[in-house]
Order: sequence, then structure tokens, then C-alpha cells
Amino acid sequence: VDYSPFLGIEKGAVLQEARVFNDPQLDPRRCSQVITKLLYLLNQGETFTKVEATEVFFAVTKLFQSRDMGLRRMVYVIIKELSPSADEVIIVTSSLMKDMTSKTDMYRANAIRVLCRITDGTLLTQIERYLKQAIVDKNPVVASAALVSGIHLLQTNPEIVKRWSNEVQEAVQSRAALVQFHALALLHQIRQNDRLAVNKLVSSLTRGSVRSPLAQCLLIRYTSQVIRESTNDTQTGDRPFYDFLEGCLRHKAEMVIFEAARAITELNGVTSRELTPAITVLQLFLSSSKPVLRFAAVRTLNKVAMSHPTAVTNCNIDMESLISDQNRSIATLAITTLLKTGNESSVDRLMKQITNFMSDIADEFKIVVVDAIRSLCLKFPLKHRSLMNFLSNILREEGGFEYKKAIVDSIVILIRDIPEAKESGLLHLCEFIEDCEFTYLSTQILHFLGIEGPKTSDPSKYIRYIYNRVHLENATVRAGAVSTLAKFGAMVDGLKPRIFVLLRRCLFDNDDEVRDRATLYLNTLGGDGAVVETDEGVKEFLFGSLDVPLVNLENSLKNYDPSEKAFDINSVPKDVKIQPLAEKKATSKKPTGLGAPPPGPPSTVDAYEKLLSSIPEFASFGKLFKSSAPVELTEAETEYAVNVVKHIFDGHVVFQYNCSNTIPEQLLENVTVIVDASEAEEFAEVYSKPLRQLPYDSPGQTFVAFEKPEGVSAVGKFSNMLRFIVKEVDPSTGEVEDDGVEDEYQLEDLELVAADYMLKVGVSNFRNAWESMGVDFEHVDEYGLGPRDSLAEAVNAVINLLGMQPCEGTEVVPPNSRSHTCLLSGVYIGNVKVLVRLQFGLDGPKDVAMKLAVRSEDETVSDAIHEIVASG
Amino acid sequence: ESCPSIKNILLLDSEGNRVAVKYYSDEWPNNSVKEAFEKSLFTKTQKTNARTEDYVFNEVGGRVIPWIEPGRVSNEDLNTTEIAMFESHIIVYKFVQDLHFFVTGAENENELILVTVLQGFFDAVGLLLRGTVDKKEALENLDLILLCLDEIVDGGIILETDANVIAGKVASHSIDAAAPLSEQTISQALATAREHLARSLLK
Repeated sequence: VDYSPFLGIEKGAVLQEARVFNDPQLDPRRCSQVITKLLYLLNQGETFTKVEATEVFFAVTKLFQSRDMGLRRMVYVIIKELSPSADEVIIVTSSLMKDMTSKTDMYRANAIRVLCRITDGTLLTQIERYLKQAIVDKNPVVASAALVSGIHLLQTNPEIVKRWSNEVQEAVQSRAALVQFHALALLHQIRQNDRLAVNKLVSSLTRGSVRSPLAQCLLIRYTSQVIRESTNDTQTGDRPFYDFLEGCLRHKAEMVIFEAARAITELNGVTSRELTPAITVLQLFLSSSKPVLRFAAVRTLNKVAMSHPTAVTNCNIDMESLISDQNRSIATLAITTLLKTGNESSVDRLMKQITNFMSDIADEFKIVVVDAIRSLCLKFPLKHRSLMNFLSNILREEGGFEYKKAIVDSIVILIRDIPEAKESGLLHLCEFIEDCEFTYLSTQILHFLGIEGPKTSDPSKYIRYIYNRVHLENATVRAGAVSTLAKFGAMVDGLKPRIFVLLRRCLFDNDDEVRDRATLYLNTLGGDGAVVETDEGVKEFLFGSLDVPLVNLENSLKNYDPSEKAFDINSVPKDVKIQPLAEKKATSKKPTGLGAPPPGPPSTVDAYEKLLSSIPEFASFGKLFKSSAPVELTEAETEYAVNVVKHIFDGHVVFQYNCSNTIPEQLLENVTVIVDASEAEEFAEVYSKPLRQLPYDSPGQTFVAFEKPEGVSAVGKFSNMLRFIVKEVDPSTGEVEDDGVEDEYQLEDLELVAADYMLKVGVSNFRNAWESMGVDFEHVDEYGLGPRDSLAEAVNAVINLLGMQPCEGTEVVPPNSRSHTCLLSGVYIGNVKVLVRLQFGLDGPKDVAMKLAVRSEDETVSDAIHEIVASG
Repeated sequence: ESCPSIKNILLLDSEGNRVAVKYYSDEWPNNSVKEAFEKSLFTKTQKTNARTEDYVFNEVGGRVIPWIEPGRVSNEDLNTTEIAMFESHIIVYKFVQDLHFFVTGAENENELILVTVLQGFFDAVGLLLRGTVDKKEALENLDLILLCLDEIVDGGIILETDANVIAGKVASHSIDAAAPLSEQTISQALATAREHLARSLLK
């Protein structure tokens, strides 16, 4: 066992030892040792109870009596580690303030750091004067201590720290490197919201006078920020401050050179002329003997290769030599860069090098490589054979789930996008499931085989692989295999007799799910195993996707009461979101003496349906397709609060106006909304249901129904006027006067937009859904969205415009992305499933371009989605 | 935030156990999370050549003096500084004897800034331990190591990177100017004594 001075150390004993802090004659050396032991315990993860910490803290405060510098330093450290509470801080404040004004630099510097760490705002005003002095102290350690403390304090007490800018500005000119660094960091943070001031700061400092490499790195960052926010000189096309960045490439510190090179590569819409000097510098770093430099360079070039692959091709030779780099991170980055920049002719050579490399890197790196190979294959489809072979080879080797999943996903994507790769890809997958230890992957592949296999030239060759699963696997995989077999039987008439034989064997499986599936398929596929065509309705029933969210189906099934009446899947609501009505205002002041309050507002889609079906005039409208979220038609805090819910039916639209009366002295009667639909030409009002009474604080609804062309997503603008008879009420007695006055109240306009005809319905696996939808009614087009604040803003705008459900988290745009793909799904009026793939890209600094691919079950709907975008 | 920041500095032994660590980021909310991070980082970085075999100090006047010219970082030293991406952090590290030095920064941090901090820490420890850089020596002088960490980074912000300055601040035994003369001699004596006693610390 190693010797350790802390062997057998025990918290209780050390806390006992800490009593020496109370000795009248302090032994500084002994005290330092005890503090070291306490710090050791804390460092090892030991915790002190509140009582223990307080005791130690009070004992430590006694040590300020000693003038031993070594001990004092330990005292400073342990006070910070104990992070005392506010009432404890008071005990040491005066000692620390004394040290802050000491003649000893070390005391001043450390006391400032400790005091600023433990203090709250109240004390700050007392010591502010000393801190301002310290910032311009001639001792750099003291100045840095004050500046760094200022950076921390700015988070909690910005208004105080901002008063120090004059001193901080003076410190920026310091000859001491670190003081300049700290002063610049603080000055920038003080001014960061003042664009003009930052601009001025950068302009003056970029002309020279920054000595410290760290400060120079900061200046480069601030400069990049200014460049981002300014526009190019329109006359010359020159970028302001670019010369400064380029100049930094010749700095003597590598830290600065690299910072500048990286900043240039990250400029918005960087041109190849601007890139060249930065790439040259990074290329030199690639052959450095220092791993950190190689890593930094290859990592940056890897990013550049995503947007400007040609700019990086010059470095390819250096990159290739990095494939054998000892540091596997560097090797992986080099390979993935090469995969991005390589041309078609170099693919085979590259693949050979990578094969040797794959065996000795970790799974996480392998996944990166697999992703890069997939992109490469999509870029050079002609090379699919060698790339597919590579993938299938590594699929057979050892690896964890995530890695195997990445490979399988890649093969599936290649099969989908490169028709020539389909058959070989499917066979690779078949071979993989022969010996696959991951149930999830096996079932996914079986499902995929069921979709793709029947469409191949010789579907029969897959049957053996699938049926083997029924013998050799666990119940989950067996059930999956049964379904896949059935799909072959349904899609390929000639195989049906063979499939029936196999399915009948599954009837004796020892798992009930497997038996049930086999029974279901045998009974529904029809023809009793003869070579006959399977009925379309049966196919749709067995393999079509469920067009209701599973949560809703589950709820409906739970509520279903087993009876004569069969469960109707059409009764399951399709809306994913539960949409509560806008919250009733002023719920706290319940009226008294007005009888029982009316039932609360309906809160779910179900409730809307119930409410609407209770009105006989709406019975003929058919099934409710969608109800919108409530739209406010009045400002908050007005006399009458009104919001509206838009209910969409196939040939009708019903506006449900939720009204509430906030005036205790009034009762409204015969409340209606007069709708002017002159800006909504396709709509004709057919019915208006008035609200008989609207007492104070007791909301009610009035409805207006319109007829519109069937199945068409007609849009328009409606202006609304609330009309009613108002009667005076005595709030104390609740007595209502007999005579009322007719009155009107202007409401805000209401718009019916295309998104109102779209239900947000997610799909669990977008890729599968997209695949099985097919290209029959695909409509692809490109759009320029013009200048936008950001890519994320553009993505959001389009999602909102379409009113569809984002899938697989693709609504989130990673920061600084230059491109983004977003997947949406929904159900359009007429119960037409719609899938959308949006590809966004930045075109120049702000302009966003978009490629919109729509797949749906109906051509006119695909076109309609494009129409929405084109007119939006 | 555009100011470079350090997330943690770790000094581990040859089994990945803590000698001294300091975390400046709340990404690791408790001790078990910290220990898990240290363990997996240690395991991941074992198969690298971040090892400094010959740690040579300048010989001045017949005595071995650990002195590094201000601002100079020798190529030999940087060659053995390794780097890795780990759980969305950038980590630079170097090993000597049974000690493992790590500095962690954000994913998008300038790698060379992190190296400067690591080098400052590594060299300052070398100076403070007078060339005998191993776990035993580090534990016996743990107070110096902890002070060293305290002088390098304050709440994530780089305070000082020059090893000579850091070590100088830690080892300063200059006299409290405010102390009366009689006391000065005592503290002077203590300061000298401290050097001799350092090795028997905590016995």
C-alpha cells in the first residue's frame, strides 16, 4: 500500500484537532496542517453538517489574530470552501476589510477575492471604494483580483459594477498582461448591451496596444461579434475588421493565431478569398508535433469542410497522414473530414485505409465514421457497392447497440435513396438478423423487410431469413417475423400458399401474441391460401397506419363499455393536444345569491364534441374535424371578455364565442355576435345561436355557423360585433331592472387560415411513414424566404404557417447551423394524411432558402400545402 | 459567454483517485457525479502517450533549480500534452510518474488556451515540489497544491498562467510588513523552518 500522510484520516478526529484554532498561543504550523486536513476531507467529497461547518468557521475566524502569512493564505482558502452563510460572513467582514487595506499586496489581493466571493450586495456598497482603488492598484495581482471579482459580481450586482467603468478602462491600458486580459473581459461585459460602445472599444483596441495573448484572443472574439452585427462595405464589398483578424494570423502566440483562424472560418458567408490565409495556417498546424495543435486544426477544418469542402481539399494529403495518428480523436476527425472533401475517385482508396483503422477505435468514433460514410454514399451513389460492402462488413464485427443501430440506420437510408443499392442492402440486413443480439434492431429490420421485400424482383428469397426467426428468436422477434411473413403473403399473391403453410405452423407457438397474430392473418388474408389477390380493404386494415394517436385510442378503449354496440374507431379523437378553453377570468370573486353556477367550460376536444352535438342545428354537419385553440377577441381587462374557438367540419365552420361579463351592475340578454364575412367570400352564414343571458362572472357561449365548399380549405377574414340587451342590476340584492337597452361592442377581427384545416398528428417513425406513403403524390419545390433573423426563426414560421406536428425533435435548430431539416406530419381536412420534409439553408448572411417536399394520399392536398407556403 | 472559462482542474493518481480537484462549473452537481466523471475520464485517457518521462530542470550553480523562463513553454513539454473530446468537453492532460493532470473546458473553447492553463499548473507543481513530482510528494505538500489551484483559476476565470508567478505566489514567505520587528524575526524563522518541516507535514 502506498504511503499517504492522510492514511486513516477521520472527520471526527480532525474536527477535534481544529480546537487548536482556539488556543490563546496559536501554533501557525499546526493550524496550517489542520486546515490542510480539513481541505483534504472536503476535496475527497466529505461533507460537513451545518453545525460542524459553523463550528469550523467560527474557529477559523480566530486565526486572523496570527500574523503568519502562510497560515493566513490557508485561512483564505478554507473560508471560500466553507461558503459561510450571511450571518457568519459578518464575523469575518471586519478582518477581511482590514486585510483589504493592508500594505501587504498578498493580503489585499486575497481579501478582495474572499470578500467578493462570500458577500451579498449589501456589503458591496461599503467596500466599493476600495475595490475601485484596487482595480488601478500598481500591483498586478491586486488589480487582477479586483477585476476578476468584478466579473463575478456583475452577475449579481450589475448596477454597482457598472459604476467602475472608468477604472476598468484605465486597467485595460495596464502593462501587466493578465490585468489587461481581466480588464478587457470586464469592460466588455459591462458594455455588452451597448452595441456602439463595443464597436468603439474594438475599433480602438484593434489598432494595437494589446499585449497579452489572452486579451488578444478576447479581442478577436469581440471583433467577430462586431463583424456579425455589421454589414459589409457596400462599395468595396470589404468586411470591416477582416484585416485585423488576418493580421492576427501572424501573431507570435499560437493561441492567438488559432483563435484568429477559427474566427475567420466562422464568419457569416465567408468567401474563399477570406478563407485562404486561415486555411493555410491551419494546414501548417496539421503537421505540428504537438497533438493539441493537430487536434485544434483538424477539428476546425472538419467544420469548414461541411460548408466549404473545396477550401479544405488542399489539406487532403496532410489529413491522410493523420489517419494513423496516435490520438484517435485526431484520426477520426481527419477521416471524417476526408470523407467530406474527397472526390469520387478517392473513395476506394479511402475505404481501404479506414477498414484498417476501424478495428482499433472506440464505438463512439465508429459511429461518427459510419455517419460520414452514409453522407458520402448519398453524395456519390455510383460508389454504393463498395460503401455498402464496407457497412455490411463492420455490421458483422463486434460492437455495441448504438454503433450497430447507426450502421443499420445508414443501410436503411441507402436502400431508400439509392434504388440500385436496395437488393444487396436488404440481403445484408437479412444476414445480420441471422445473428443479431438486439431485439429492437431485429424487429425494426423485420418491419422494414415487410415494406421493401415484397417490392423486389424476387421476394421469395427473403422468406427463409424471416421464417428462421420464428424458430430461433424470442417472442417479440417471432411476433415481428409473423407480421412480416403476412405482409409478403398480402402483397405477393404467388407466395400466398407458401406463407399460409408457414403461418399455420405458428399457430402452435407457445407465446399467445405470436399465435394471435398468426390466427388474425390466416383469417383475414382470405383465399384460404390460394393464389388470389388480397382485398385492398384488408391490406389497409392489417398494415395501414393507425390515423389516431395511440394515447387517444387508449383512452377511448378504457372508456369503452363492453356492450352490444361495437367499439367504433372513428369515435377516437384525432387531435393530439388537449386544448383547454381560455382560463375564466376572476375566478376568485364568485357571485353570491345568483343560484348555482353554470357548469364549468368544457375542457377537451371530447367536451367540444359533446357541446356541439347538443345543438340540433349542427347535427347535420357531420364529424368534427378540428377545434382551434381559443383566440382572444378582446383586450385583457375590458368590460366584456370574448374569445373564439374555430370548429372545422367538412362543409361547415362553427365559431364558438366564449363570452364573459365583468361588470357586476349589468346583466346581458340575447347576446349574439354579428359577423361580417365580406372578406371571406366562400363562406355563407347559415345559423346563429344567441346566448339568452350573460350574468356577471358567469361565462356563456354563442355560436355562428357558416357553410363553405366541401373539403376545401377556404380562408378569409371575419369582423365581429357583439350585440346584446343590457339591463341594470343592483349588485347588493341581485335585483334586475325590467327595461333594457340594446347595445353593441366592437370585437377584434378573426381569421380562418390554412393551418386551421390541419390536425397536428405525429407519427412514431417518420422515415417508415414517409417510405410507405410513396412518391405517387409527392410534390417538391423550392422557395426563397428572404432575409430572416435566424434559421430557427424561419423554421418556426413555416411550422406555424402549416400548423403541423414536428416529428423527432426536428423543430429544434442547433445554434450556428447553416442548414436544417425539419420533419412534419399532420392530417388535412378530408382525413388526408400529410407528411412534409423541409430543408432549410442559409443563402448568404441572412437569406433563407427552403426546399419543401410534401407527400400525401391525395395530389390536390400535396398541392394545397404548397399553395399555403406560396401564399404565406 | 465569450470569456474563456475553465470547468475543472483535476490531479489524479495512477488509479484515477483524487489527489486534488477543483470544479468551477455546476455541471457536476454532487460528489458522486464528479467521481464518475473522473473515473471514466481516467479510464478513457489511459491508452495515450501523455506521459512525460524525463522531467528535467535547469542546473544553476551546481544546484538543480526548477526554473522555467517566463512565458516559455518547451516543445518537449507540449508534445506530451494530449487532448480529447469527452462528454462534450475538451480535455487537455499530461501525466508524470503516478500523477495525472487534467484541465477541462467547454466544447467550443480554444484548445490552446486550455493547454496554457494545464502547463501553468503542471510546471508550477513541478517548481513547488522541487522536481520530485509524484503522488507521495504531492500529498505531503497538499497545502501547496491547493494554494496553487487557488492561484490559477478563480471561479472559472483564468487568474494566472505563468508557472513562475504562480509558484512564487504560493511559496512567498515574504515578511508581513506591518508586523513589528520582533515578530518579523519569528515569522522569518518560521518561514525557514517551514521548508524543512514541509516533508514531515501531518506526521
